[in-house]
Amino acid sequence: MKRSWKIFWTLVIGLPLAAFAVWGLWDNTRLFAVTFLNGITLASLYFIVAAGFTLVFGLMRNVNLAHGSLYLLGGYLGFLVAQHTGWFVLALAAGFAGAALVGLLMQVSLFRFMPGEDLRQTLVTIALSIIIADLLLWWLGGTVHQADAPELLSGPLRDIPLIRAYSKYRLALLPIGIAIGVALWLFLNRTRVGMMIRAGVDDRAMLSAAGVNVNVLFAVTFAIGAGLAGLGGVIGAVELSMAPGEDVRLLLASLIVVIIGGMGSVVGAALGASILGLAETYGLAYAPTYSVVFTFVILVLVLAFRPRGFLGRPA
Amino acid sequence: MMSRGQAAIVLPAPREISFQLPRIGVRHLVVLVFLLAYPWFATPFFTFQIGAQSLALGLIALSLTFLGGYGGMVSLAQITVAGIAGYGVAIFGAASAADTAISLGWPWWVAVLISIAIATVCASFIGWLSVRTEGIYTIMITLAVGVAFYYLCLQNYSVFNGFQGFQRVHAPTVLGINLRDALPFYYLVLFWSLAGYFFVKYLLRAPFGIALQGIRDNPRRMNALGFNVTAHRIAAYAVAGVIAAVGGVLLVWYNGLIGPGSVGTSWIINILVIAVLGGMRHPIGPFLGAIVFVLLQTFAIDLIDRERFNLLIGAVFLVIVLFSPDGLLGWWAGIRARFSTSKFVTPRGGVR
Repeated sequence: MKRSWKIFWTLVIGLPLAAFAVWGLWDNTRLFAVTFLNGITLASLYFIVAAGFTLVFGLMRNVNLAHGSLYLLGGYLGFLVAQHTGWFVLALAAGFAGAALVGLLMQVSLFRFMPGEDLRQTLVTIALSIIIADLLLWWLGGTVHQADAPELLSGPLRDIPLIRAYSKYRLALLPIGIAIGVALWLFLNRTRVGMMIRAGVDDRAMLSAAGVNVNVLFAVTFAIGAGLAGLGGVIGAVELSMAPGEDVRLLLASLIVVIIGGMGSVVGAALGASILGLAETYGLAYAPTYSVVFTFVILVLVLAFRPRGFLGRPA
Repeated sequence: MMSRGQAAIVLPAPREISFQLPRIGVRHLVVLVFLLAYPWFATPFFTFQIGAQSLALGLIALSLTFLGGYGGMVSLAQITVAGIAGYGVAIFGAASAADTAISLGWPWWVAVLISIAIATVCASFIGWLSVRTEGIYTIMITLAVGVAFYYLCLQNYSVFNGFQGFQRVHAPTVLGINLRDALPFYYLVLFWSLAGYFFVKYLLRAPFGIALQGIRDNPRRMNALGFNVTAHRIAAYAVAGVIAAVGGVLLVWYNGLIGPGSVGTSWIINILVIAVLGGMRHPIGPFLGAIVFVLLQTFAIDLIDRERFNLLIGAVFLVIVLFSPDGLLGWWAGIRARFSTSKFVTPRGGVR
């Protein structure tokens, strides 16, 4: 794209946003600031879940539409563990491990036998998502499960200038999200397994020819991707609450995040999650009955001008 | 199941052949007579709940079969298109008294025509969005669109009436015949299902359908041959949109109501299940799938807990995808191939 077009589009999109920000700050500074915090903390949750989704897709071309169900599973496991032991860290571990185990089983028992058939794999994940969601409904019923924040992070943080008080837990989500992002980046860019995964994203056949056991690598990646969904579930069980239907919500969020950010890119997932989280919360705060429309408009704009997302590469 | 290689056996027939009437075999007549006579020996319950519902769902799934099986684009937004038409009927036409603030109360035929037109435009728009990317992305984008529409219906009260949706959206009375009654409604749905079925069959032999199947099998080659791949794909979405919209109008009349639940994820998935269950190789597949689906939905309660229907349908879907990617038609073709002595069993399978 030419430089002048870039400037043109930056102005077309940037100016209304800037105008909205100025109006929002002038109209009700506190609302605007709180909404901003809500937005980026929600984005942090979306990032954790969507990073797993994009990791799995990037390597295996597997669109795991059961990702939302794994999120739900992790959330319920985390809730139960937190309730029985009272240890939030243990709950996080349980959510991650539980979802990772199910993901591992899925890869080892099903997807391993249909390499390259991406549409069939996707249909299988849809079937699995129905089954997992219904099993969870059977097991735990349709009631809303709301986990408590750990002692250290419960209650509000007071005396912040401008917004007075804000939930400690939600505020803590931001560093947690950044930490997970950095850890993921270090894992992918500084470790041997990460190097293999990146190589697999670029050229699976060559990696296999170079002597790497691709099946093990796939299983590890799938487990990590699913585990991130479960971890997100535990975090979401406190931030949002767990109920049947939340799986669809987070699946939609993951889909939109990776469509906006670009499939298979962790940095893209961070970018997409920030955009989606902010758009959703500002939409809810300023135009409640149309907030989905903003999300949709963003989706349409990105697909119209960058069909592969901001940081996506050709499949 | 997407049949890259073997389904490419649609020969570019000379035009005069492709416009001839199809061969009519005994089994076609048997099926037709059965369909016409069905309500006369079935109870009203079977006519309405099983017959009409299967045909209406089959019609919506037919649009997915057309797109997925022949265009190579598995769109999960077909129930969304049907839902837009259904909402249109409720908003432009008449719904229950409580909703008159939203419903405009126009004559039913105006409402139906406008709804189908709007739904078709929306379908083309969804098509325009999703054909910008390829292959597996289609399923993601259309799923995102479908789920987003569900949340819009749920959130928005000024147009879609939120969680409640619209009740008492009934079929009209035309020429003294109340289309709400089981018998006339069955024939209405049967008429449109047959129309959709033969329309798709015709279209697949027409130059447009041949080109579409060529694009499914090798878009780059078709592009090199001078076909506008994007335009054909969007046109396919529009055609499928019309079919889905007609099905959506019939479905809203069947249910008598429409709400977010009618376009939610479970129905997005159910339409996919119906299409895959029947098989995407032939336009009869979605109707077969719909009959099996409706029978399961209606009678599975006797076998298992009503609450566990999703588990059953998920398991059935999983088994079909794992063991018979071409659905029931694939099974049928396999059985025929096993018992047939002829070497020339078409891999397309199914009934022709």
